[in-house]
Amino acid sequence: MRRFKLSLRAQKALLGVLFTLPFILGFAAFLAYPFFQSVIFSLSKLSIVSTGYELDFVGLDNYRHALLVDPRFRQVFVETVVGMAARIPVILIFSFFAANLLNQRFRGRMLARVVFFLPVIMGAEISLKMQQADYMQQAVSFSESGLLPLSVLQELLLSLKLPLAFINFIFAAINEIPLIIRSSGIQILIFLAALQSIPKSLYEAAHMEGATAWEAFWKITFPLISPLMLVNVVYTIVDSFTAPDNALLELIQNAAWTGAGFGVSTAMSWIYFAAILGILAVTFILLGREVHYES
Amino acid sequence: MKVRKVLEKGAGLVRFGLLVGIGFIILYPLLRQLSAALMHPDDMYDLTVNWIPRTLTKMNFQVAWELLDYPKALTNTLGITILLAALELGATMIIGYGFARWKYPGSNIIFALVILSIVIPPQMVMVPLFLNFRYFDLFGLLPDPGINLIGSFWPLVLMALTGTAKRSGLFIFITRNFFRGMSTSLEEAAYVDGAGHLKTFFGIMLPNAKPVAMIVFLFSFVWNWNDLFYTNLFLPGSKLLQIGLSTINAQYNYPWANKAVEGTYIQLVNNAGMLLYVLPVLVLYAFLQRYFIESIEKTGLVG
Repeated sequence: MRRFKLSLRAQKALLGVLFTLPFILGFAAFLAYPFFQSVIFSLSKLSIVSTGYELDFVGLDNYRHALLVDPRFRQVFVETVVGMAARIPVILIFSFFAANLLNQRFRGRMLARVVFFLPVIMGAEISLKMQQADYMQQAVSFSESGLLPLSVLQELLLSLKLPLAFINFIFAAINEIPLIIRSSGIQILIFLAALQSIPKSLYEAAHMEGATAWEAFWKITFPLISPLMLVNVVYTIVDSFTAPDNALLELIQNAAWTGAGFGVSTAMSWIYFAAILGILAVTFILLGREVHYES
Repeated sequence: MKVRKVLEKGAGLVRFGLLVGIGFIILYPLLRQLSAALMHPDDMYDLTVNWIPRTLTKMNFQVAWELLDYPKALTNTLGITILLAALELGATMIIGYGFARWKYPGSNIIFALVILSIVIPPQMVMVPLFLNFRYFDLFGLLPDPGINLIGSFWPLVLMALTGTAKRSGLFIFITRNFFRGMSTSLEEAAYVDGAGHLKTFFGIMLPNAKPVAMIVFLFSFVWNWNDLFYTNLFLPGSKLLQIGLSTINAQYNYPWANKAVEGTYIQLVNNAGMLLYVLPVLVLYAFLQRYFIESIEKTGLVG
Protein backbone atom coordinates (compact mmCIF):
# COMPACT_ATOMS: atom_id res chain seq x y z
CA MET A 1 0.00 0.00 0.00
CA ARG A 2 1.34 3.37 -0.94
CA ARG A 3 1.27 5.96 1.76
CA PHE A 4 -0.82 8.97 1.04
CA LYS A 5 1.55 11.92 0.91
CA LEU A 6 0.75 15.57 1.41
CA SER A 7 2.94 18.37 0.28
CA LEU A 8 5.13 19.83 3.01
CA ARG A 9 3.06 22.98 3.01
CA ALA A 10 -0.24 21.14 3.40
CA GLN A 11 1.32 19.01 6.13
CA LYS A 12 2.33 22.12 8.06
CA ALA A 13 -1.07 23.70 7.61
CA LEU A 14 -2.69 20.52 8.87
CA LEU A 15 -0.49 20.48 11.96
CA GLY A 16 -1.38 24.10 12.63
CA VAL A 17 -5.07 23.32 12.41
CA LEU A 18 -4.62 20.25 14.60
CA PHE A 19 -2.84 22.11 17.38
CA THR A 20 -5.22 25.06 17.38
CA LEU A 21 -8.33 22.95 16.90
CA PRO A 22 -9.33 22.95 20.59
CA PHE A 23 -9.54 26.70 20.55
CA ILE A 24 -11.46 26.81 17.27
CA LEU A 25 -14.04 24.38 18.63
CA GLY A 26 -14.21 26.09 22.00
CA PHE A 27 -14.54 29.52 20.48
CA ALA A 28 -17.35 28.34 18.25
CA ALA A 29 -19.21 26.55 21.03
CA PHE A 30 -18.66 28.72 24.08
CA LEU A 31 -18.14 32.21 22.68
CA ALA A 32 -19.29 32.69 19.09
CA TYR A 33 -22.49 30.66 19.35
CA PRO A 34 -23.63 32.16 22.68
CA PHE A 35 -22.64 35.57 21.35
CA PHE A 36 -24.84 35.05 18.34
CA GLN A 37 -27.60 33.70 20.57
CA SER A 38 -27.39 36.77 22.75
CA VAL A 39 -28.25 38.92 19.72
CA ILE A 40 -31.37 36.85 19.19
CA PHE A 41 -32.21 36.80 22.91
CA SER A 42 -31.98 40.56 23.04
CA LEU A 43 -34.65 40.71 20.33
CA SER A 44 -36.92 38.10 21.89
CA LYS A 45 -39.00 37.26 24.89
CA LEU A 46 -37.54 34.18 26.51
CA SER A 47 -39.61 31.81 28.58
CA ILE A 48 -38.56 28.56 30.24
CA VAL A 49 -40.74 25.58 29.40
CA SER A 50 -40.42 21.91 30.31
CA THR A 51 -38.44 20.93 27.24
CA GLY A 52 -36.01 23.83 27.38
CA TYR A 53 -36.79 27.43 26.49
CA GLU A 54 -38.93 29.22 23.94
CA LEU A 55 -38.30 32.43 22.09
CA ASP A 56 -40.88 34.93 20.86
CA PHE A 57 -39.58 37.59 18.53
CA VAL A 58 -40.42 41.02 19.88
CA GLY A 59 -38.18 43.28 17.82
CA LEU A 60 -36.54 46.14 19.66
CA ASP A 61 -38.93 45.92 22.58
CA ASN A 62 -36.24 44.82 25.02
CA TYR A 63 -34.02 47.75 24.09
CA ARG A 64 -36.96 50.07 24.51
CA HIS A 65 -37.65 48.53 27.90
CA ALA A 66 -34.02 48.90 28.97
CA LEU A 67 -33.70 52.50 27.88
CA LEU A 68 -37.17 53.90 28.54
CA VAL A 69 -38.97 51.72 31.07
CA ASP A 70 -36.31 50.46 33.47
CA PRO A 71 -36.09 53.01 36.26
CA ARG A 72 -32.40 52.63 37.03
CA PHE A 73 -30.65 51.53 33.85
CA ARG A 74 -30.06 54.91 32.22
CA GLN A 75 -28.68 56.52 35.35
CA VAL A 76 -26.40 53.60 36.26
CA PHE A 77 -25.28 53.25 32.64
CA VAL A 78 -24.21 56.88 32.35
CA GLU A 79 -22.56 56.85 35.77
CA THR A 80 -20.62 53.66 35.04
CA VAL A 81 -19.41 54.67 31.61
CA VAL A 82 -18.47 58.21 32.63
CA GLY A 83 -16.82 56.99 35.83
CA MET A 84 -14.81 54.45 33.88
CA ALA A 85 -13.72 56.96 31.25
CA ALA A 86 -12.62 59.33 34.01
CA ARG A 87 -10.77 56.62 35.91
CA ILE A 88 -8.68 55.35 32.97
CA PRO A 89 -6.29 58.34 32.73
CA VAL A 90 -5.90 58.41 36.53
CA ILE A 91 -5.03 54.71 36.68
CA LEU A 92 -2.55 55.15 33.83
CA ILE A 93 -0.83 58.13 35.41
CA PHE A 94 -0.72 56.47 38.81
CA SER A 95 0.64 53.18 37.53
CA PHE A 96 3.29 54.94 35.48
CA PHE A 97 4.27 56.98 38.50
CA ALA A 98 4.37 53.89 40.73
CA ALA A 99 6.43 51.97 38.17
CA ASN A 100 8.98 54.80 38.14
CA LEU A 101 9.04 54.72 41.91
CA LEU A 102 9.66 50.97 41.99
CA ASN A 103 12.25 51.19 39.25
CA GLN A 104 14.61 53.21 41.43
CA ARG A 105 17.29 51.61 43.51
CA PHE A 106 16.61 51.53 47.22
CA ARG A 107 16.65 49.12 50.12
CA GLY A 108 13.55 46.99 50.47
CA ARG A 109 12.64 47.31 46.80
CA MET A 110 11.67 43.67 46.64
CA LEU A 111 9.31 44.03 49.60
CA ALA A 112 7.70 47.08 48.00
CA ARG A 113 7.12 45.16 44.79
CA VAL A 114 5.60 42.24 46.66
CA VAL A 115 3.11 44.57 48.34
CA PHE A 116 2.28 46.53 45.18
CA PHE A 117 1.57 43.32 43.32
CA LEU A 118 -0.70 41.92 46.03
CA PRO A 119 -3.95 43.28 44.49
CA VAL A 120 -3.37 41.10 41.43
CA ILE A 121 -3.17 37.99 43.61
CA MET A 122 -6.11 38.85 45.79
CA GLY A 123 -8.41 39.47 42.88
CA ALA A 124 -10.99 42.18 42.56
CA GLU A 125 -13.89 40.04 43.74
CA ILE A 126 -12.16 39.17 46.96
CA SER A 127 -11.03 42.73 47.64
CA LEU A 128 -14.57 43.89 47.09
CA LYS A 129 -15.94 41.33 49.52
CA MET A 130 -13.35 42.37 52.04
CA GLN A 131 -14.30 46.00 51.75
CA GLN A 132 -17.94 45.17 52.20
CA ALA A 133 -17.23 43.09 55.27
CA ASP A 134 -15.03 45.87 56.55
CA TYR A 135 -17.69 48.47 55.94
CA MET A 136 -20.14 46.51 58.04
CA GLN A 137 -17.63 46.08 60.76
CA GLN A 138 -16.92 49.78 60.85
CA ALA A 139 -20.57 50.67 60.95
CA VAL A 140 -20.87 48.43 63.96
CA SER A 141 -17.87 49.60 65.89
CA PHE A 142 -18.47 53.32 65.22
CA SER A 143 -14.80 53.78 64.50
CA GLU A 144 -13.23 56.48 62.39
CA SER A 145 -13.77 55.23 58.88
CA GLY A 146 -11.15 56.80 56.66
CA LEU A 147 -7.41 56.86 56.51
CA LEU A 148 -7.41 60.56 57.32
CA PRO A 149 -9.62 62.29 59.81
CA LEU A 150 -11.69 63.44 56.87
CA SER A 151 -14.17 65.47 58.87
CA VAL A 152 -11.35 67.76 59.99
CA LEU A 153 -10.28 68.33 56.41
CA GLN A 154 -13.83 68.98 55.35
CA GLU A 155 -14.33 71.60 58.06
CA LEU A 156 -11.08 73.25 57.10
CA LEU A 157 -12.08 73.49 53.45
CA LEU A 158 -15.52 74.77 54.33
CA SER A 159 -14.07 77.42 56.60
CA LEU A 160 -11.85 78.57 53.73
CA LYS A 161 -15.08 79.39 51.86
CA LEU A 162 -14.09 77.29 48.87
CA PRO A 163 -16.82 76.48 46.38
CA LEU A 164 -18.82 73.42 47.40
CA ALA A 165 -18.37 71.77 43.99
CA PHE A 166 -14.61 71.90 44.45
CA ILE A 167 -14.81 70.37 47.94
CA ASN A 168 -17.05 67.61 46.66
CA PHE A 169 -14.60 66.91 43.86
CA ILE A 170 -11.71 66.63 46.30
CA PHE A 171 -13.64 64.21 48.46
CA ALA A 172 -14.76 62.14 45.52
CA ALA A 173 -11.11 61.92 44.47
CA ILE A 174 -9.98 60.91 47.96
CA ASN A 175 -12.61 58.20 48.06
CA GLU A 176 -11.35 56.86 44.75
CA ILE A 177 -7.71 56.54 45.86
CA PRO A 178 -7.88 52.99 47.26
CA LEU A 179 -9.83 51.82 44.22
CA ILE A 180 -7.31 53.35 41.83
CA ILE A 181 -4.38 51.82 43.67
CA ARG A 182 -5.94 48.39 43.88
CA SER A 183 -6.81 48.26 40.20
CA SER A 184 -3.33 49.24 39.01
CA GLY A 185 -1.38 46.07 39.80
CA ILE A 186 -0.91 44.61 36.33
CA GLN A 187 -0.43 48.04 34.77
CA ILE A 188 2.41 48.84 37.17
CA LEU A 189 4.04 45.54 36.30
CA ILE A 190 3.82 46.18 32.56
CA PHE A 191 5.26 49.69 32.88
CA LEU A 192 8.00 48.41 35.17
CA ALA A 193 9.07 45.77 32.67
CA ALA A 194 8.99 48.38 29.91
CA LEU A 195 11.15 50.77 31.90
CA GLN A 196 13.69 48.05 32.57
CA SER A 197 13.88 47.12 28.91
CA ILE A 198 15.12 50.58 27.88
CA PRO A 199 18.89 50.36 27.30
CA LYS A 200 20.93 52.43 29.75
CA SER A 201 23.23 53.50 26.94
CA LEU A 202 20.52 55.75 25.51
CA TYR A 203 20.44 57.79 28.70
CA GLU A 204 24.23 57.94 28.85
CA ALA A 205 24.39 59.23 25.28
CA ALA A 206 21.72 61.81 25.99
CA HIS A 207 23.58 62.89 29.11
CA MET A 208 26.81 63.31 27.13
CA GLU A 209 24.99 65.47 24.61
CA GLY A 210 23.86 67.71 27.45
CA ALA A 211 20.23 66.63 27.79
CA THR A 212 18.59 67.23 31.14
CA ALA A 213 16.70 64.49 32.94
CA TRP A 214 13.46 66.21 31.93
CA GLU A 215 14.41 66.14 28.25
CA ALA A 216 15.62 62.56 28.50
CA PHE A 217 12.26 61.57 29.94
CA TRP A 218 10.24 63.10 27.12
CA LYS A 219 12.62 62.13 24.32
CA ILE A 220 13.61 58.63 25.43
CA THR A 221 11.43 57.13 28.17
CA PHE A 222 8.09 58.36 26.93
CA PRO A 223 8.35 57.33 23.27
CA LEU A 224 9.80 53.94 24.16
CA ILE A 225 7.04 52.99 26.54
CA SER A 226 4.20 54.47 24.49
CA PRO A 227 3.20 51.16 22.83
CA LEU A 228 2.63 49.72 26.30
CA MET A 229 0.59 52.77 27.16
CA LEU A 230 -1.90 51.50 24.61
CA VAL A 231 -1.72 47.97 26.01
CA ASN A 232 -2.43 49.34 29.46
CA VAL A 233 -5.35 51.46 28.31
CA VAL A 234 -6.95 48.45 26.65
CA TYR A 235 -6.27 46.28 29.69
CA THR A 236 -7.75 48.89 32.02
CA ILE A 237 -10.89 49.24 29.93
CA VAL A 238 -11.41 45.49 29.70
CA ASP A 239 -10.64 45.04 33.38
CA SER A 240 -13.13 47.63 34.55
CA PHE A 241 -15.64 46.35 32.02
CA THR A 242 -15.68 43.01 33.78
CA ALA A 243 -14.96 44.22 37.31
CA PRO A 244 -17.30 42.68 39.85
CA ASP A 245 -17.84 45.98 41.64
CA ASN A 246 -19.28 47.38 38.44
CA ALA A 247 -22.77 48.58 39.39
CA LEU A 248 -24.06 48.19 35.85
CA LEU A 249 -23.02 44.55 35.59
CA GLU A 250 -24.76 43.88 38.85
CA LEU A 251 -27.89 45.50 37.45
CA ILE A 252 -27.64 43.39 34.30
CA GLN A 253 -27.14 40.19 36.28
CA ASN A 254 -30.04 40.98 38.58
CA ALA A 255 -32.25 41.75 35.61
CA ALA A 256 -31.51 38.31 34.20
CA TRP A 257 -32.34 36.24 37.26
CA THR A 258 -34.86 38.23 39.21
CA GLY A 259 -36.01 41.27 37.27
CA ALA A 260 -37.19 42.05 33.80
CA GLY A 261 -36.01 38.76 32.31
CA PHE A 262 -33.29 37.32 30.11
CA GLY A 263 -34.22 39.32 27.01
CA VAL A 264 -33.97 42.71 28.66
CA SER A 265 -30.76 41.66 30.42
CA THR A 266 -29.01 40.75 27.18
CA ALA A 267 -30.32 43.92 25.54
CA MET A 268 -28.75 45.90 28.39
CA SER A 269 -25.44 44.13 28.01
CA TRP A 270 -25.46 44.85 24.28
CA ILE A 271 -25.96 48.55 24.92
CA TYR A 272 -23.07 48.41 27.37
CA PHE A 273 -20.85 46.45 24.98
CA ALA A 274 -21.50 49.00 22.24
CA ALA A 275 -20.46 51.81 24.59
CA ILE A 276 -17.22 49.98 25.47
CA LEU A 277 -16.40 49.37 21.83
CA GLY A 278 -16.95 53.08 21.28
CA ILE A 279 -14.52 53.96 24.07
CA LEU A 280 -11.95 51.49 22.72
CA ALA A 281 -12.25 52.95 19.22
CA VAL A 282 -11.81 56.50 20.51
CA THR A 283 -8.69 55.54 22.51
CA PHE A 284 -7.18 53.81 19.50
CA ILE A 285 -7.79 56.88 17.34
CA LEU A 286 -6.46 59.27 19.99
CA LEU A 287 -3.47 57.26 21.16
CA GLY A 288 -2.67 55.49 17.90
CA ARG A 289 -1.04 58.62 16.53
CA GLU A 290 1.06 59.19 19.64
CA VAL A 291 2.42 55.67 19.84
CA HIS A 292 5.93 55.16 18.61
CA TYR A 293 6.75 51.74 17.18
CA GLU A 294 10.23 50.45 16.69
CA SER A 295 10.40 48.81 13.31
CA MET B 1 28.09 69.11 46.86
CA LYS B 2 26.44 69.43 50.23
CA VAL B 3 23.20 70.71 48.74
CA ARG B 4 23.08 67.69 46.48
CA LYS B 5 23.45 65.28 49.36
CA VAL B 6 20.65 66.96 51.27
CA LEU B 7 18.47 66.81 48.15
CA GLU B 8 19.14 63.11 47.73
CA LYS B 9 18.28 62.43 51.36
CA GLY B 10 15.08 64.42 50.92
CA ALA B 11 14.11 62.51 47.79
CA GLY B 12 14.72 59.25 49.61
CA LEU B 13 12.46 60.35 52.45
CA VAL B 14 9.69 61.41 50.07
CA ARG B 15 9.95 58.08 48.28
CA PHE B 16 9.84 56.21 51.56
CA GLY B 17 6.74 58.13 52.61
CA LEU B 18 4.97 57.46 49.33
CA LEU B 19 5.81 53.76 49.37
CA VAL B 20 4.66 53.30 52.94
CA GLY B 21 1.46 55.26 52.29
CA ILE B 22 0.51 53.35 49.15
CA GLY B 23 1.50 50.07 50.73
CA PHE B 24 -0.71 50.84 53.70
CA ILE B 25 -3.70 51.49 51.45
CA ILE B 26 -3.11 48.16 49.72
CA LEU B 27 -2.75 46.24 52.96
CA TYR B 28 -5.50 48.14 54.77
CA PRO B 29 -8.40 45.74 54.07
CA LEU B 30 -6.26 42.75 55.00
CA LEU B 31 -5.14 44.31 58.27
CA ARG B 32 -8.69 45.38 59.10
CA GLN B 33 -9.84 41.86 58.46
CA LEU B 34 -7.19 40.36 60.68
CA SER B 35 -8.10 42.76 63.46
CA ALA B 36 -11.79 41.92 63.17
CA ALA B 37 -11.20 38.19 62.90
CA LEU B 38 -9.31 38.13 66.20
CA MET B 39 -11.73 40.42 68.00
CA HIS B 40 -13.97 39.25 70.81
CA PRO B 41 -17.62 40.29 70.36
CA ASP B 42 -17.41 42.31 73.57
CA ASP B 43 -14.94 44.64 71.87
CA MET B 44 -17.29 45.49 69.03
CA TYR B 45 -19.20 48.04 71.06
CA ASP B 46 -16.16 49.31 72.90
CA LEU B 47 -15.41 52.74 71.49
CA THR B 48 -11.84 52.63 72.71
CA VAL B 49 -11.10 49.60 70.57
CA ASN B 50 -10.31 50.39 66.98
CA TRP B 51 -7.45 48.35 65.57
CA ILE B 52 -6.12 46.18 68.34
CA PRO B 53 -8.69 43.98 70.09
CA ARG B 54 -8.60 44.09 73.86
CA THR B 55 -9.42 40.40 74.12
CA LEU B 56 -7.92 38.19 71.50
CA THR B 57 -9.94 35.15 70.58
CA LYS B 58 -9.81 32.16 68.28
CA MET B 59 -13.54 31.77 68.53
CA ASN B 60 -14.39 33.56 65.25
CA PHE B 61 -12.08 31.27 63.36
CA GLN B 62 -13.57 28.21 65.03
CA VAL B 63 -17.12 29.24 64.14
CA ALA B 64 -16.13 30.08 60.56
CA TRP B 65 -14.25 26.79 60.28
CA GLU B 66 -17.35 24.86 61.25
CA LEU B 67 -19.82 26.88 59.18
CA LEU B 68 -17.69 26.55 56.07
CA ASP B 69 -16.97 22.89 56.76
CA TYR B 70 -13.46 24.07 56.07
CA PRO B 71 -11.44 20.87 55.55
CA LYS B 72 -13.98 19.48 53.10
CA ALA B 73 -14.67 22.73 51.23
CA LEU B 74 -10.95 23.47 51.07
CA THR B 75 -10.24 20.06 49.54
CA ASN B 76 -13.00 20.56 46.99
CA THR B 77 -11.91 24.04 46.03
CA LEU B 78 -8.27 23.04 45.93
CA GLY B 79 -9.06 19.98 43.81
CA ILE B 80 -11.12 21.78 41.23
CA THR B 81 -8.74 24.74 41.07
CA ILE B 82 -5.71 22.50 40.46
CA LEU B 83 -7.65 20.46 37.91
CA LEU B 84 -8.77 23.56 36.00
CA ALA B 85 -5.34 25.17 36.13
CA ALA B 86 -3.68 21.98 34.85
CA LEU B 87 -6.18 21.60 32.01
CA GLU B 88 -5.90 25.26 31.11
CA LEU B 89 -2.12 25.00 31.13
CA GLY B 90 -2.11 21.96 28.83
CA ALA B 91 -4.63 23.43 26.43
CA THR B 92 -3.04 26.86 26.14
CA MET B 93 0.45 25.36 25.67
CA ILE B 94 -0.72 23.24 22.75
CA ILE B 95 -2.76 26.01 21.18
CA GLY B 96 -0.03 28.60 21.68
CA TYR B 97 2.52 26.28 20.09
CA GLY B 98 0.22 25.75 17.13
CA PHE B 99 -0.08 29.49 16.56
CA ALA B 100 3.65 30.04 17.01
CA ARG B 101 4.94 27.39 14.61
CA TRP B 102 2.51 26.75 11.77
CA LYS B 103 0.61 29.04 9.48
CA TYR B 104 -2.49 27.96 7.63
CA PRO B 105 -5.02 29.91 5.63
CA GLY B 106 -6.95 31.98 8.14
CA SER B 107 -4.65 31.34 11.09
CA ASN B 108 -4.20 35.08 11.55
CA ILE B 109 -7.93 35.55 11.76
CA ILE B 110 -8.19 32.76 14.32
CA PHE B 111 -5.47 34.41 16.36
CA ALA B 112 -7.38 37.69 16.19
CA LEU B 113 -10.30 35.74 17.67
CA VAL B 114 -8.03 34.76 20.56
CA ILE B 115 -7.47 38.44 21.28
CA LEU B 116 -11.18 39.08 20.86
CA SER B 117 -11.94 36.36 23.41
CA ILE B 118 -10.01 38.37 26.00
CA VAL B 119 -12.16 41.42 25.31
CA ILE B 120 -15.59 39.74 25.29
CA PRO B 121 -16.87 40.03 28.85
CA PRO B 122 -18.29 36.78 30.24
CA GLN B 123 -21.42 38.64 31.31
CA MET B 124 -22.17 39.17 27.64
CA VAL B 125 -22.64 35.46 26.97
CA MET B 126 -23.70 34.52 30.49
CA VAL B 127 -27.38 33.85 29.75
CA PRO B 128 -26.96 31.80 26.53
CA LEU B 129 -24.05 29.91 28.04
CA PHE B 130 -26.04 29.03 31.12
CA LEU B 131 -28.98 27.85 29.02
CA ASN B 132 -26.74 25.85 26.69
CA PHE B 133 -25.22 23.98 29.59
CA ARG B 134 -28.57 23.62 31.32
CA TYR B 135 -30.00 21.92 28.20
CA PHE B 136 -26.74 20.56 26.82
CA ASP B 137 -27.42 18.67 23.59
CA LEU B 138 -24.04 18.81 21.83
CA PHE B 139 -25.50 20.83 18.94
CA GLY B 140 -28.51 18.60 18.49
CA LEU B 141 -26.67 15.29 18.76
CA LEU B 142 -28.32 14.29 22.03
CA PRO B 143 -32.10 13.75 22.45
CA ASP B 144 -34.23 16.82 22.84
CA PRO B 145 -34.18 18.31 26.31
CA GLY B 146 -30.45 17.55 26.55
CA ILE B 147 -28.53 16.87 29.76
CA ASN B 148 -28.28 19.27 32.64
CA LEU B 149 -24.62 20.06 33.18
CA ILE B 150 -25.27 22.86 35.66
CA GLY B 151 -24.08 21.74 39.08
CA SER B 152 -21.38 19.51 37.63
CA PHE B 153 -17.86 20.64 36.88
CA TRP B 154 -18.18 19.79 33.17
CA PRO B 155 -18.88 23.35 31.96
CA LEU B 156 -15.70 24.62 33.63
CA VAL B 157 -13.66 21.63 32.44
CA LEU B 158 -14.86 21.97 28.85
CA MET B 159 -14.07 25.66 28.79
CA ALA B 160 -10.61 25.11 30.29
CA LEU B 161 -9.88 22.31 27.82
CA THR B 162 -10.71 24.45 24.82
CA GLY B 163 -8.83 27.54 25.92
CA THR B 164 -11.98 29.61 26.33
CA ALA B 165 -12.10 29.87 30.12
CA LYS B 166 -11.64 33.18 31.92
CA ARG B 167 -8.48 34.88 30.58
CA SER B 168 -7.38 31.77 28.66
CA GLY B 169 -6.90 34.04 25.65
CA LEU B 170 -4.23 35.89 27.58
CA PHE B 171 -2.41 32.62 28.31
CA ILE B 172 -2.55 31.58 24.64
CA PHE B 173 -1.07 34.95 23.75
CA ILE B 174 1.73 34.45 26.30
CA THR B 175 2.61 30.88 25.29
CA ARG B 176 2.56 31.80 21.60
CA ASN B 177 4.97 34.65 22.22
CA PHE B 178 7.22 32.35 24.21
CA PHE B 179 7.38 29.60 21.57
CA ARG B 180 7.92 32.17 18.84
CA GLY B 181 10.93 33.46 20.74
CA MET B 182 12.41 29.96 20.99
CA SER B 183 14.90 29.05 18.29
CA THR B 184 13.73 26.42 15.80
CA SER B 185 17.12 24.68 15.76
CA LEU B 186 16.12 22.33 18.58
CA GLU B 187 13.11 21.11 16.67
CA GLU B 188 15.07 20.76 13.48
CA ALA B 189 17.63 18.63 15.27
CA ALA B 190 14.82 16.45 16.59
CA TYR B 191 13.30 16.05 13.13
CA VAL B 192 16.65 15.11 11.66
CA ASP B 193 16.98 12.46 14.38
CA GLY B 194 13.66 11.06 13.28
CA ALA B 195 11.24 12.32 15.92
CA GLY B 196 7.70 13.09 14.80
CA HIS B 197 5.93 16.37 15.42
CA LEU B 198 4.06 15.18 18.48
CA LYS B 199 7.14 13.57 19.99
CA THR B 200 9.12 16.74 19.36
CA PHE B 201 6.47 18.86 21.03
CA PHE B 202 6.00 16.71 24.12
CA GLY B 203 9.58 15.50 24.46
CA ILE B 204 11.57 18.60 23.60
CA MET B 205 9.53 21.78 23.45
CA LEU B 206 7.44 21.26 26.58
CA PRO B 207 10.36 20.52 28.93
CA ASN B 208 12.03 23.66 27.64
CA ALA B 209 8.96 25.76 28.27
CA LYS B 210 9.05 25.33 32.06
CA PRO B 211 9.35 29.05 32.90
CA VAL B 212 6.28 30.03 30.92
CA ALA B 213 4.39 26.94 32.10
CA MET B 214 5.01 27.98 35.68
CA ILE B 215 3.61 31.44 35.02
CA VAL B 216 0.52 30.16 33.25
CA PHE B 217 -0.18 27.60 35.95
CA LEU B 218 0.27 30.02 38.84
CA PHE B 219 -1.88 32.76 37.33
CA SER B 220 -4.50 30.27 36.27
CA PHE B 221 -4.54 28.79 39.75
CA VAL B 222 -4.91 32.15 41.46
CA TRP B 223 -7.56 33.46 39.06
CA ASN B 224 -9.57 30.26 39.24
CA TRP B 225 -9.32 30.32 43.00
CA ASN B 226 -10.61 33.88 43.13
CA ASP B 227 -13.33 33.32 40.60
CA LEU B 228 -16.83 33.80 41.92
CA PHE B 229 -18.59 34.49 38.64
CA TYR B 230 -18.28 31.12 36.92
CA THR B 231 -18.57 29.05 40.09
CA ASN B 232 -21.75 30.88 41.04
CA LEU B 233 -23.10 30.43 37.54
CA PHE B 234 -22.27 26.76 36.98
CA LEU B 235 -21.92 25.29 40.46
CA PRO B 236 -24.60 26.95 42.59
CA GLY B 237 -25.00 25.52 46.06
CA SER B 238 -21.98 23.22 45.90
CA LYS B 239 -19.57 22.66 48.74
CA LEU B 240 -16.89 25.12 47.70
CA LEU B 241 -15.24 27.78 49.78
CA GLN B 242 -16.47 30.61 47.56
CA ILE B 243 -20.06 29.44 47.72
CA GLY B 244 -19.87 28.71 51.43
CA LEU B 245 -18.63 32.23 52.13
CA SER B 246 -21.56 33.87 50.41
CA THR B 247 -24.05 31.80 52.37
CA ILE B 248 -22.32 32.01 55.73
CA ASN B 249 -24.86 34.51 57.07
CA ALA B 250 -27.80 32.25 56.28
CA GLN B 251 -26.28 29.20 57.94
CA TYR B 252 -25.51 30.76 61.25
CA ASN B 253 -27.99 30.26 64.05
CA TYR B 254 -27.36 32.65 66.85
CA PRO B 255 -26.66 31.17 70.24
CA TRP B 256 -26.18 34.53 71.96
CA ALA B 257 -28.42 35.70 74.70
CA ASN B 258 -27.50 39.31 74.10
CA LYS B 259 -29.66 40.37 71.16
CA ALA B 260 -27.53 43.36 70.26
CA VAL B 261 -24.43 41.24 69.76
CA GLU B 262 -26.25 38.48 67.96
CA GLY B 263 -27.01 40.19 64.65
CA THR B 264 -23.60 41.75 64.21
CA TYR B 265 -21.40 38.98 65.51
CA ILE B 266 -21.64 37.22 62.17
CA GLN B 267 -19.58 40.05 60.68
CA LEU B 268 -16.61 38.96 62.74
CA VAL B 269 -17.13 35.38 61.59
CA ASN B 270 -17.36 36.64 58.02
CA ASN B 271 -13.99 38.31 58.39
CA ALA B 272 -12.44 35.16 59.79
CA GLY B 273 -13.96 33.10 56.96
CA MET B 274 -12.64 35.49 54.34
CA LEU B 275 -9.16 35.17 55.83
CA LEU B 276 -9.43 31.39 55.74
CA TYR B 277 -10.37 31.70 52.08
CA VAL B 278 -7.47 33.94 51.00
CA LEU B 279 -4.91 32.22 53.21
CA PRO B 280 -3.89 29.44 50.76
CA VAL B 281 -3.32 31.99 47.98
CA LEU B 282 -1.34 34.22 50.30
CA VAL B 283 0.83 31.27 51.36
CA LEU B 284 1.41 30.37 47.71
CA TYR B 285 2.31 33.97 46.95
CA ALA B 286 4.68 34.19 49.90
CA PHE B 287 6.69 31.25 48.58
CA LEU B 288 6.50 31.96 44.86
CA GLN B 289 6.23 35.75 44.62
CA ARG B 290 9.37 35.83 42.48
CA TYR B 291 7.56 34.02 39.66
CA PHE B 292 4.60 36.36 39.78
CA ILE B 293 6.64 39.52 39.80
CA GLU B 294 9.11 38.52 37.10
CA SER B 295 6.38 37.01 34.98
CA ILE B 296 5.75 39.94 32.65
CA GLU B 297 9.41 40.18 31.70
CA LYS B 298 9.47 36.51 30.72
CA THR B 299 6.28 36.49 28.71
CA GLY B 300 7.46 38.56 25.79
CA LEU B 301 4.74 41.14 26.27
CA VAL B 302 7.44 43.78 26.55
CA GLY B 303 9.97 44.07 23.75
